[in-house]
Amino acid sequence: MRTMCTYITEKVAVSGSAKGASGWFKVTDGSVYFDHPVHAPEGHTLNIDFLAPEAGPSARVAVELTAESARALAKAIESVLDQVPPGLA
Amino acid sequence: MSDAFIAETITITGDGGTEIEAYSARPADPGKQIGGVVVIHHMPGYDRESKEHVLRIAAEGYNAVMPNLYHREAPGADPDDAAATARANGGVPDDRLVGDVKGAAEYLKGLPTANGKVGTIGYCSGGRQSFLAGVSLQIDAAVDCYGAFIVGEVPEGLPLKVGPIVDKTPNLSCPLLGLFGAEDQYPSPDHVKELEEALKAAGKTYEFHSYEGAGHSFFSADRPAYRPEAAVDGWNKVFEFYGKYLSA
Repeated sequence: MRTMCTYITEKVAVSGSAKGASGWFKVTDGSVYFDHPVHAPEGHTLNIDFLAPEAGPSARVAVELTAESARALAKAIESVLDQVPPGLA
Repeated sequence: MSDAFIAETITITGDGGTEIEAYSARPADPGKQIGGVVVIHHMPGYDRESKEHVLRIAAEGYNAVMPNLYHREAPGADPDDAAATARANGGVPDDRLVGDVKGAAEYLKGLPTANGKVGTIGYCSGGRQSFLAGVSLQIDAAVDCYGAFIVGEVPEGLPLKVGPIVDKTPNLSCPLLGLFGAEDQYPSPDHVKELEEALKAAGKTYEFHSYEGAGHSFFSADRPAYRPEAAVDGWNKVFEFYGKYLSA
């Protein structure tokens, strides 16, 4: 197994809400990166942070997914959005 | 002399005179004047695992302190939330890092048990920062554990705001111990070779060890990257090195 810090990070502006440790909050920023997880028992995971920097570092919802499941998630998101009737999204 | 030690969260004066959080561990009654070590945490932050490194170093008879490099962005936040914020911001600015390590070194030199010698050790992004401290400050021994981007540009498109610093090698103020994984890509064996060439060219004292079968982060006991043979040997190398250069 290759081990390294990848530092691969993409930032994306997002608009919506997320539920974190202290309840719902409005999210404005997302970070997507492939690197060492904090919790998942893997060498590297696809990590997504939903953030609200104005509300401080703790306004964060984090997920750490295996590469395979992250791809499945991305496909599912695309698939669901593709099924939305015109005019709704 | 006893084997008791004190470990606690303290406040030190970091870059620009800002008070920042730090974790300190020191032998309670070493029975002699001892050296100090500034621990520079990895990119995942000022976490429990990094605090365990501070404890390990104190247990070996050194005063140790680890500044929370993300304190300014995320005071009081969980280490993982703080690291996420720092990542989104592109990491820790080099100038600020140097100021924070300087503050930590001054704290160590001011301890009543200090012998006046101070070393650094850093892991992952902290490995680069340990070298950065060595080329920017008067240090007595620097340890770089698999630090990326001392050599080599950060690939385009990444938010990490650091650049190569190998050109500063002639300013290195102290001997350097480098511990690397042969399977690591950041730094790769070629990066390590380039750094070694720069050290040779500048006539610096250094000692490099690259472990076969190990990659990045092989000291991280809680992660799949942990390689016990490399980590055990690496720790021995660290304390041999400090024994040589941080004794009074």
